[in-house]
Amino acid sequence: MDYEILLSRRPLNECSKLIRKRCREVYFVDPGYKIFGLYLIGVPPIPIGVEDEHLLIIYLKPCHGAFVLKLPGDGEVERIRAELKKL
Amino acid sequence: MVCLLMGLPVMAKDALVLLGCPKFPVQTSLAIYLGHRLVGEDILPVFAGNRSAIALLEIADPEGRYRGGGFMDLDEAIGALSEGRVDFDLCVVFVHSDPDIAYLASVLALSDGIVVAIVFGGDVGGLERRCREVGCDRIVAARAIHNPLLLKEEIDGVKRWLPV
Repeated sequence: MDYEILLSRRPLNECSKLIRKRCREVYFVDPGYKIFGLYLIGVPPIPIGVEDEHLLIIYLKPCHGAFVLKLPGDGEVERIRAELKKL
Repeated sequence: MVCLLMGLPVMAKDALVLLGCPKFPVQTSLAIYLGHRLVGEDILPVFAGNRSAIALLEIADPEGRYRGGGFMDLDEAIGALSEGRVDFDLCVVFVHSDPDIAYLASVLALSDGIVVAIVFGGDVGGLERRCREVGCDRIVAARAIHNPLLLKEEIDGVKRWLPV
Protein backbone atom coordinates (compact mmCIF):
# COMPACT_ATOMS: atom_id res chain seq x y z
CA MET A 1 0.00 0.00 0.00
CA ASP A 2 1.22 3.51 -0.85
CA TYR A 3 1.55 5.70 2.18
CA GLU A 4 3.20 8.92 3.24
CA ILE A 5 4.87 9.38 6.61
CA LEU A 6 3.89 12.77 8.00
CA LEU A 7 5.51 12.38 11.39
CA SER A 8 8.09 9.85 12.46
CA ARG A 9 9.21 8.47 15.84
CA ARG A 10 7.41 11.13 17.87
CA PRO A 11 5.48 11.04 21.17
CA LEU A 12 1.85 9.96 20.88
CA ASN A 13 0.51 13.35 22.00
CA GLU A 14 2.33 15.07 19.18
CA CYS A 15 0.94 12.63 16.60
CA SER A 16 -2.57 13.07 17.94
CA LYS A 17 -2.22 16.86 17.88
CA LEU A 18 -1.05 16.84 14.25
CA ILE A 19 -4.12 14.92 13.08
CA ARG A 20 -6.52 17.08 15.10
CA LYS A 21 -4.96 20.34 13.85
CA ARG A 22 -4.42 19.36 10.23
CA CYS A 23 -7.69 17.61 9.35
CA ARG A 24 -11.07 19.31 9.18
CA GLU A 25 -12.77 15.93 9.36
CA VAL A 26 -11.71 13.94 12.44
CA TYR A 27 -13.25 10.85 14.03
CA PHE A 28 -12.34 9.37 17.39
CA VAL A 29 -12.16 5.66 18.17
CA ASP A 30 -11.16 3.33 20.98
CA PRO A 31 -8.07 1.12 20.87
CA GLY A 32 -8.56 -2.00 18.76
CA TYR A 33 -10.51 -0.23 15.97
CA LYS A 34 -9.55 -1.92 12.72
CA ILE A 35 -8.44 -0.06 9.57
CA PHE A 36 -6.90 -1.88 6.60
CA GLY A 37 -6.32 -4.90 8.83
CA LEU A 38 -4.44 -2.81 11.41
CA TYR A 39 -5.70 -2.60 14.97
CA LEU A 40 -5.20 0.93 16.24
CA ILE A 41 -3.25 1.21 19.46
CA GLY A 42 -3.10 4.24 21.68
CA VAL A 43 -4.57 6.29 24.45
CA PRO A 44 -8.30 6.77 23.84
CA PRO A 45 -9.79 8.70 22.16
CA ILE A 46 -7.60 7.88 19.15
CA PRO A 47 -8.05 10.35 16.25
CA ILE A 48 -8.53 9.31 12.63
CA GLY A 49 -8.27 12.18 10.16
CA VAL A 50 -9.77 12.42 6.66
CA GLU A 51 -7.98 14.62 4.15
CA ASP A 52 -8.58 14.58 0.37
CA GLU A 53 -10.09 11.07 0.54
CA HIS A 54 -7.00 9.90 2.42
CA LEU A 55 -6.87 8.69 6.02
CA LEU A 56 -4.43 9.95 8.62
CA ILE A 57 -3.77 7.46 11.39
CA ILE A 58 -1.29 6.93 14.21
CA TYR A 59 0.81 3.81 13.75
CA LEU A 60 2.84 2.52 16.64
CA LYS A 61 5.99 0.42 16.69
CA PRO A 62 7.32 -0.62 20.13
CA CYS A 63 10.97 0.04 19.34
CA HIS A 64 10.48 3.10 17.15
CA GLY A 65 7.70 5.18 18.67
CA ALA A 66 4.65 6.64 16.98
CA PHE A 67 4.18 7.64 13.34
CA VAL A 68 1.45 9.55 11.53
CA LEU A 69 0.67 7.83 8.22
CA LYS A 70 -1.38 9.20 5.33
CA LEU A 71 -3.04 6.33 3.46
CA PRO A 72 -5.31 6.27 0.40
CA GLY A 73 -8.91 5.92 1.60
CA ASP A 74 -9.77 2.95 -0.66
CA GLY A 75 -13.30 2.47 0.61
CA GLU A 76 -12.37 2.83 4.26
CA VAL A 77 -13.31 6.54 4.29
CA GLU A 78 -16.92 5.71 3.37
CA ARG A 79 -17.05 2.96 5.99
CA ILE A 80 -15.68 5.25 8.68
CA ARG A 81 -18.09 8.03 7.75
CA ALA A 82 -20.96 5.55 7.99
CA GLU A 83 -19.80 3.96 11.25
CA LEU A 84 -18.54 6.93 13.21
CA LYS A 85 -19.85 10.31 14.12
CA LYS A 86 -17.78 13.29 13.08
CA LEU A 87 -16.67 15.49 15.98
CA MET B 1 -2.82 -28.89 25.08
CA VAL B 2 0.17 -26.61 25.27
CA CYS B 3 0.26 -27.00 29.05
CA LEU B 4 0.38 -30.78 28.81
CA LEU B 5 3.12 -30.67 26.23
CA MET B 6 5.17 -28.43 28.48
CA GLY B 7 4.66 -30.79 31.40
CA LEU B 8 2.73 -28.20 33.33
CA PRO B 9 -0.52 -28.88 35.13
CA VAL B 10 -3.67 -27.39 33.63
CA MET B 11 -4.13 -24.02 35.26
CA ALA B 12 -7.44 -22.40 35.93
CA LYS B 13 -6.27 -18.83 35.39
CA ASP B 14 -4.20 -17.14 32.75
CA ALA B 15 -2.18 -13.99 32.26
CA LEU B 16 -1.05 -11.96 29.28
CA VAL B 17 2.44 -10.56 29.74
CA LEU B 18 2.95 -7.76 27.24
CA LEU B 19 6.56 -6.91 26.49
CA GLY B 20 7.90 -3.63 25.14
CA CYS B 21 10.99 -2.98 23.05
CA PRO B 22 13.73 -5.20 24.49
CA LYS B 23 16.39 -2.49 24.47
CA PHE B 24 16.68 -2.57 28.27
CA PRO B 25 18.33 -5.83 29.39
CA VAL B 26 16.23 -6.20 32.56
CA GLN B 27 13.01 -6.84 30.63
CA THR B 28 13.72 -10.38 29.42
CA SER B 29 15.17 -11.50 32.74
CA LEU B 30 12.24 -10.10 34.72
CA ALA B 31 9.66 -11.44 32.26
CA ILE B 32 11.01 -14.96 32.79
CA TYR B 33 11.11 -14.36 36.55
CA LEU B 34 7.52 -13.11 36.46
CA GLY B 35 6.57 -16.24 34.48
CA HIS B 36 8.09 -18.31 37.27
CA ARG B 37 6.09 -16.38 39.89
CA LEU B 38 2.85 -16.71 37.94
CA VAL B 39 3.27 -20.45 37.34
CA GLY B 40 3.91 -20.76 41.09
CA GLU B 41 0.52 -19.17 41.62
CA ASP B 42 -1.16 -21.53 39.12
CA ILE B 43 -1.54 -18.77 36.56
CA LEU B 44 -0.61 -19.69 32.99
CA PRO B 45 1.47 -16.90 31.40
CA VAL B 46 1.15 -16.06 27.70
CA PHE B 47 3.81 -13.67 26.44
CA ALA B 48 3.24 -11.09 23.72
CA GLY B 49 5.94 -9.00 22.13
CA ASN B 50 7.65 -8.16 18.88
CA ARG B 51 9.85 -10.72 17.17
CA SER B 52 13.01 -9.73 19.05
CA ALA B 53 11.38 -9.71 22.48
CA ILE B 54 9.92 -13.18 21.87
CA ALA B 55 13.19 -14.57 20.47
CA LEU B 56 15.04 -13.38 23.58
CA LEU B 57 12.58 -15.26 25.78
CA GLU B 58 12.63 -18.40 23.67
CA ILE B 59 16.41 -18.62 23.76
CA ALA B 60 16.69 -17.84 27.46
CA ASP B 61 14.04 -20.43 28.41
CA PRO B 62 14.56 -23.23 25.84
CA GLU B 63 12.42 -25.81 27.64
CA GLY B 64 9.59 -23.36 28.20
CA ARG B 65 9.52 -23.86 31.95
CA TYR B 66 8.31 -20.34 32.61
CA ARG B 67 6.29 -19.63 29.50
CA GLY B 68 3.88 -22.53 29.42
CA GLY B 69 1.12 -20.56 27.72
CA GLY B 70 3.26 -19.79 24.71
CA PHE B 71 3.62 -16.63 22.66
CA MET B 72 1.54 -14.15 20.71
CA ASP B 73 2.62 -11.43 18.34
CA LEU B 74 1.95 -8.02 19.89
CA ASP B 75 -0.50 -6.83 17.22
CA GLU B 76 -2.17 -10.24 17.13
CA ALA B 77 -2.73 -10.00 20.89
CA ILE B 78 -4.36 -6.56 20.57
CA GLY B 79 -6.47 -7.81 17.65
CA ALA B 80 -7.62 -10.91 19.52
CA LEU B 81 -8.52 -8.84 22.59
CA SER B 82 -10.40 -6.27 20.53
CA GLU B 83 -12.42 -8.93 18.69
CA GLY B 84 -13.16 -10.73 21.98
CA ARG B 85 -11.45 -13.92 20.79
CA VAL B 86 -9.35 -14.01 23.95
CA ASP B 87 -9.23 -12.36 27.33
CA PHE B 88 -7.13 -12.97 30.39
CA ASP B 89 -7.66 -12.91 34.13
CA LEU B 90 -4.54 -10.78 34.42
CA CYS B 91 -2.63 -8.54 32.01
CA VAL B 92 0.85 -7.39 32.96
CA VAL B 93 2.35 -4.70 30.73
CA PHE B 94 6.06 -3.87 30.82
CA VAL B 95 6.40 -0.09 30.49
CA HIS B 96 9.57 1.86 29.81
CA SER B 97 8.58 4.20 26.98
CA ASP B 98 5.82 6.28 25.42
CA PRO B 99 4.68 3.47 23.05
CA ASP B 100 4.38 1.15 26.06
CA ILE B 101 1.91 3.61 27.63
CA ALA B 102 -0.19 3.29 24.47
CA TYR B 103 -0.17 -0.50 24.75
CA LEU B 104 -1.10 -0.22 28.43
CA ALA B 105 -4.01 2.12 27.61
CA SER B 106 -5.16 -0.27 24.87
CA VAL B 107 -5.10 -3.29 27.20
CA LEU B 108 -7.00 -1.30 29.85
CA ALA B 109 -9.66 -0.50 27.25
CA LEU B 110 -9.90 -4.02 25.82
CA SER B 111 -9.51 -6.46 28.71
CA ASP B 112 -11.88 -7.21 31.57
CA GLY B 113 -9.00 -8.67 33.57
CA ILE B 114 -6.84 -7.04 36.21
CA VAL B 115 -4.20 -4.84 34.55
CA VAL B 116 -0.82 -4.22 36.17
CA ALA B 117 2.00 -2.03 34.82
CA ILE B 118 5.60 -2.98 35.52
CA VAL B 119 7.45 0.30 35.14
CA PHE B 120 11.22 0.46 34.72
CA GLY B 121 13.94 2.33 32.84
CA GLY B 122 15.33 5.77 33.63
CA ASP B 123 12.28 8.03 34.02
CA VAL B 124 10.23 5.89 36.39
CA GLY B 125 8.44 8.83 38.05
CA GLY B 126 7.28 10.30 34.73
CA LEU B 127 6.10 6.92 33.45
CA GLU B 128 4.21 6.18 36.68
CA ARG B 129 2.39 9.51 36.26
CA ARG B 130 1.49 8.61 32.67
CA CYS B 131 0.24 5.17 33.79
CA ARG B 132 -2.13 6.85 36.26
CA GLU B 133 -3.25 9.36 33.63
CA VAL B 134 -4.40 6.53 31.37
CA GLY B 135 -6.23 4.85 34.25
CA CYS B 136 -3.79 2.27 35.61
CA ASP B 137 -3.38 2.38 39.37
CA ARG B 138 -1.80 -1.05 39.83
CA ILE B 139 1.86 -0.26 39.33
CA VAL B 140 5.06 -2.11 40.23
CA ALA B 141 7.99 0.24 39.62
CA ALA B 142 11.72 0.63 40.13
CA ARG B 143 14.54 2.38 38.33
CA ALA B 144 16.14 -0.49 36.44
CA ILE B 145 18.04 -0.65 33.17
CA HIS B 146 20.88 -3.15 33.52
CA ASN B 147 20.45 -4.43 37.06
CA PRO B 148 17.15 -6.27 37.66
CA LEU B 149 17.48 -6.64 41.44
CA LEU B 150 15.54 -3.54 42.54
CA LEU B 151 12.60 -4.35 40.30
CA LYS B 152 12.75 -8.03 41.28
CA GLU B 153 12.34 -6.92 44.90
CA GLU B 154 9.25 -4.94 43.92
CA ILE B 155 7.86 -7.96 42.04
CA ASP B 156 8.56 -10.10 45.10
CA GLY B 157 6.57 -7.55 47.11
CA VAL B 158 3.40 -8.59 45.26
CA LYS B 159 2.04 -11.34 47.46
CA ARG B 160 -0.62 -12.53 44.99
CA TRP B 161 -1.15 -11.44 41.37
CA LEU B 162 -4.79 -12.50 41.40
CA PRO B 163 -7.30 -12.79 44.22
CA VAL B 164 -7.82 -16.37 45.41
